[in-house]
Amino acid sequence: MSTLTEAPEAAAARETPARRRPRVDRLPYLLLLPCLAIIAVLLLWPLGQVVAMSFYKLNNVRQLRGTREWPWVGLDNYVQILGDPFFLRVLRNTVLFAAANVVLTMILGTLVGLLLNRLGKRMATFVASCVMLAWATPALTGTIVWKWIFDDTSGLVTWLFNKLPDGLSTALFGRSDWTGYGWFNSPLLFFAILTLVVVWHSFPFIAVSVLAGLKSVPSELHEAARVDGAGPWRVFWSVTFPMLRPVFGILVVLSTIWDFKVFTQQFVLAGGTQDRTTFMLSIYSYAEAFSPPPKYGLGAAIAVILTLILLLVTGIYVRMVLRQEEDA
Amino acid sequence: MKRIALNGAGLLVALFAAFPVYWMVATSLKPNREIFASTPRPVPAQPTLEHYREILTGNLIPGVTFLDFFLNSVLVAVATVLLSGLVALFAATAVARFRFKLRTSFLIMLLVVQMIPLEALVIPLFLMIQRLGLYNTLPSLILTYLGFSLPFAVWMLRGFVAAVPKELEEAAAIDGASRMQTFRRILFPLVAPGLVATSIFSFITAWNELIFALTFVNDQSRYTLPVAMTFFFGRDDTAWGSVMAASTLFTLPVIVFFLLVQRRMVSGLVAGAVKG
Repeated sequence: MSTLTEAPEAAAARETPARRRPRVDRLPYLLLLPCLAIIAVLLLWPLGQVVAMSFYKLNNVRQLRGTREWPWVGLDNYVQILGDPFFLRVLRNTVLFAAANVVLTMILGTLVGLLLNRLGKRMATFVASCVMLAWATPALTGTIVWKWIFDDTSGLVTWLFNKLPDGLSTALFGRSDWTGYGWFNSPLLFFAILTLVVVWHSFPFIAVSVLAGLKSVPSELHEAARVDGAGPWRVFWSVTFPMLRPVFGILVVLSTIWDFKVFTQQFVLAGGTQDRTTFMLSIYSYAEAFSPPPKYGLGAAIAVILTLILLLVTGIYVRMVLRQEEDA
Repeated sequence: MKRIALNGAGLLVALFAAFPVYWMVATSLKPNREIFASTPRPVPAQPTLEHYREILTGNLIPGVTFLDFFLNSVLVAVATVLLSGLVALFAATAVARFRFKLRTSFLIMLLVVQMIPLEALVIPLFLMIQRLGLYNTLPSLILTYLGFSLPFAVWMLRGFVAAVPKELEEAAAIDGASRMQTFRRILFPLVAPGLVATSIFSFITAWNELIFALTFVNDQSRYTLPVAMTFFFGRDDTAWGSVMAASTLFTLPVIVFFLLVQRRMVSGLVAGAVKG
């Protein structure tokens, strides 16, 4: 219980902080200090450092430890990368992969979100729980399981294709015996399976977010549109989509950022960094830097290019979020 | 008719989403002759724990068992959670409870740093770890994951702190409580559930991470579980029973934790997008 004599005093202290306390309250800055220090040292400084490293020729771990000097090479690393036809192939792989994955994830996620909104309560809970499982599974183990499903001898997909009537299988694919078929050997098939794995991992987030958005749209709007004779397609594009436009915007940007830098799934599916034909930017940068012989400078330059691309996308994202914080 | 079509589609989605997880657990429980049978069985006919026994008792490399890798991962993840939880709580309190000059700039920075492609930081962080003499140690990973989990942790926690009614603290102040007392006795207990949710997120970040763990630790006995799994898996492509048993043990804690916090993750990521 407060004593009556203290209360007005404390209240006065709050109303006239200038008299009782130092002019600027230092406490919030003190509270922020550890967080700022960690972000500066572990995220911002390395970000600057990766740019700096891209201007040096760094091919030896002793240079990193500081016992050997760093020869400055200016833009040589960039010139070398941008002039290499292989880089263009990697860039094309990355952009096409990200585009395909964003589109597929958004379509599947939105459809599942709409479906969850229409299902009965028990069914919706069941389906949503299953969808959560895919989301919760770590990228590493999710990918390992898909690799097992596509195993060339006892994998489920190999068995399914073997089950196809021989004539049909031969007519369609030119082979009837799939045992020993290397699902990951052709780059196109590899990317298709990688897309399957990534979409499987990422559609739940879209579905749940779209569902959350749908719940906030008053159902009267849908009913009114339906009474006016609009079909489901029309209702979606004329009512649902405009209402959810901000959610879709953010989801597309987040997906783009995530799909541009897929690493774990690719690393596990390809079994390391040996297969250069399926390289995308993030794994290319890693392989240049860390597979022997190490080329840290070159890897850094590729990382800078990847970062610049994502920076562009991030700019769009931050503007969207800020606009919504203002509206809210 | 429409009802049936919708439910059918629902079942298909559920199957696609959950099947790989089911298949992982089912395979881990099958004896080898069922795993490699010419016709796969949807359900293990004679479930066995032999693969679990195999990975839990056998040495993956001489003298090191699955459990050692598991403990390495637990150590790294728990240390990350404790550090990032403490620092994030301070920062979130500052942002949610005070109006100060750099507040908005700080919030924008939080959003921006979350978008830094961490994959691009492997090389400079490798340099930092080498310089600090932390190469080949678990603290190198704790430090790295602390940086990665902190921005989202602050972003998420600030909502929890803001949700605690300010009047409670003001009442405590009127009752003569110091700022530290108010923080400890009023704010902390009320924010604790949010802190747990945030911690789980940081835990999952640290637990799942592969690339940095692969790069910063060379000594096999210090591998975290994801690296050990990659190594273990790459070495023998045919021991699917053990691989699936290891995957199940690795995945289980994540799924349990994840289901506890997933609601907050959605609201954190699309914060402000939907007016509710």
